[in-house]
Amino acid sequence: MTPLLQVRDLTKRYGARLGCGDVSFDLYPGEVMGIVGESGSGKSTLLNCLAGHLAPDEGQVIFDTRGDGPVDTLTMSEPARRMLGRTDWAFVHQNARDGLRMGVSAGANVGERLMAVGARHYGDIRAQAVDWLGRVEIAEDRVDDRPRAFSGGMQQRLQIARNLVTGPRLVFMDEPTGGLDVSVQARLLDLLRGLVREMGLSAIIVTHDLAVVRLLADRLMVMKSGAVVETGLTDQVLDDPQHGYTQLLVSSVLQV
Amino acid sequence: MEAMIRVSDVSKSFVLHNQGGAVIPVMAGAALSVRRGECVALVGDSGAGKSTLMRMLYGNYLADGGRILVGDVEVSGAEPREILAMRREVLGYVSQFLRVVPRVPTLEVVAEPVRAAGGSREAGEARARDLLARLNVPERLWALSPTTFSGGEQQRVNIARGFAHDFPAMLLDEPTASLDATNRAVVLGLIEEAKARGAAIVGIFHDAEARAQVCDREIDVSRFTPERAA
Amino acid sequence: MTAMQHDPAYNFAYLDEQTKRMIRRALLKALAIPGYQVPFASREMPMPYGWGTGGVQVTAACLTPGDRLKVIDQGADDTTNAVSIRKFFERTAGVETTEHTAEASVIQTRHRIPEAPLGEGQILVYQVPIPEPLRFLEPRETESRKMHALEEYGLMYVKLYEDIAHNGAISTAYAYPVKVEGRYVMDPSPIPKFDNPKLESGAIQLFGAGREQRIYAIPPYTQVVSLDFEDHPFEPSKADHDCDLCGCGTSYLDEVITDDAGGRMFVCSDTDFCAARQAEGHRGRLSAEDAA
Repeated sequence: MTPLLQVRDLTKRYGARLGCGDVSFDLYPGEVMGIVGESGSGKSTLLNCLAGHLAPDEGQVIFDTRGDGPVDTLTMSEPARRMLGRTDWAFVHQNARDGLRMGVSAGANVGERLMAVGARHYGDIRAQAVDWLGRVEIAEDRVDDRPRAFSGGMQQRLQIARNLVTGPRLVFMDEPTGGLDVSVQARLLDLLRGLVREMGLSAIIVTHDLAVVRLLADRLMVMKSGAVVETGLTDQVLDDPQHGYTQLLVSSVLQV
Repeated sequence: MEAMIRVSDVSKSFVLHNQGGAVIPVMAGAALSVRRGECVALVGDSGAGKSTLMRMLYGNYLADGGRILVGDVEVSGAEPREILAMRREVLGYVSQFLRVVPRVPTLEVVAEPVRAAGGSREAGEARARDLLARLNVPERLWALSPTTFSGGEQQRVNIARGFAHDFPAMLLDEPTASLDATNRAVVLGLIEEAKARGAAIVGIFHDAEARAQVCDREIDVSRFTPERAA
Repeated sequence: MTAMQHDPAYNFAYLDEQTKRMIRRALLKALAIPGYQVPFASREMPMPYGWGTGGVQVTAACLTPGDRLKVIDQGADDTTNAVSIRKFFERTAGVETTEHTAEASVIQTRHRIPEAPLGEGQILVYQVPIPEPLRFLEPRETESRKMHALEEYGLMYVKLYEDIAHNGAISTAYAYPVKVEGRYVMDPSPIPKFDNPKLESGAIQLFGAGREQRIYAIPPYTQVVSLDFEDHPFEPSKADHDCDLCGCGTSYLDEVITDDAGGRMFVCSDTDFCAARQAEGHRGRLSAEDAA
């Protein structure tokens, strides 16, 4: 099986300071990988380098494209990379406002990616938008409301619908449940898990919440000071951490 | 008959990096093998390493040395996705604790292993209904999340989930604990059925009668407990 | 047809020759890449931004002493803006001016395309307030320019989608976005969408945005398609009336309030077109009674 994503020696420096260094891994179709670490550990830098939002200094991010097989996305042309960004890739921001167009309706937010890849039939676009709102548990009668009028959890679900409507194969998520009430988090986790399963998505989830990765991620990557200190099966890393930092991280979680 | 589960010369120690790098050896020279249709009980005092060995079999703990084979999968040294595939298709696990996403209905929780192994939604739900009914989980609870259930109910949901897919190998961690006589009998029945269809089972049973009823052999894990540093 | 002299205190058409050359280079580039917004070094003009500084600079760069200039604002030759720009060029360029569309070689316009068809040998200069059609959805200029470069126009449809979602139909009535020669999406300036079909013409069409420092163009006989959805096709629309002065049923109309008791009338917004029809004897509902 060809990995969906092959990352090789990815390094990003901010001047003299290391953002993330020498990160390598393979992600296979259908796999969900969590990246954990404290603030400043480089996990968001890594995610943004992977997603093409930041230009790394060294390394390769090879994606198995539908048309041409594995291609290094860092050296592919910008139009091709942007096309990937609105077709096979999706990015869910921590703050829904960063990932939504707050000035247009929920329906238009979901429909935008469809229109961006050439959908030109209003009725079809709207029907798909309504279908996706339903999948993320937003009532059909909210389709013409702007996201401003939505709660934080609804905004986050709308962002997810907007991202998944074109059937991407790889989703990047940056603290997708951050800043939400625990009850809202649970609902979102359930939803994400269901969608990942149904659509056979691969995902890379950055979070500092170990409970989130335990439920969502198959594999875990632990980062500290820009470097990967431990990787492995999620429950193995959490239950039998090998690196001192991971042990500290796991033992620092408050038990409920 | 060929062994389904093979363990040879497995060792394990915990290194506590944040407590002065203390090394705690918990197992050395562990060896066992379980054939298809056989149920082997792990026995030994509390702390002897029964759960540790089970967890290493499941890929939950990393073995330091030795070899663990489940079917064709070499658990020691496998990639995460190989372990995940093994857990989906080959090796089932009934733990003492139910860990599920809140909000997911019981019926789906139980049906999940069937679907994960490639079964249809209908097949999964049919199997889940059958098992939940046998384990006397009231039907009115099936649409609710098990996170709110009593300990005994959660345990039965957990067992139903563990037996939903016909795994060729299974790990059972105290499957009869906190069950009443009726349900205990149901669980022992499920274990016997699994053996009859050829499942290789490793179990921990504090319940000696249950052990006597379903287990073919006992392995005392205190044999694998390293000498404690004086 | 009196050949006038321009005020010798000014260079011909106000701008110095270097500036006109700079603008002409931008115009040539704009014509070579239909619909593409070419940056240019817009000059301070003796009028406020919003009064047509972009159009005036383009006109100044195009004018030759033999040209005949027409200036309209909302279709009318006699509004303040039109009159003052016309006087500006009479004084600084000494060119002939006219109110008749057919006689003009250069027409500067704000918010309309004349009713009479334009043809080869004519230049139509538009005054443009905001040249970027993506502006209201994507405020970052770096991003909107990249979207043009990569032909990523999905966002333009988001606006039309919103129109239909909220109003049941595409309610954008002016500055209706078009795609030029199958490539660039362009804001045709705030002309009514009624005028959009006239963007395909034999004349040269030049667009100048002074404050935004952009010039773009549609060469003669260029394909200009108004954006729409398959199930909500583009429809040029106008008030559902005839002109109350000339009776024309096909021209673009202005609604004029005539009293404070609900009285109103509809008249052609193109004053030259309306006057010409009346001179030919056409009459509308509110025409003064014929003496005859």
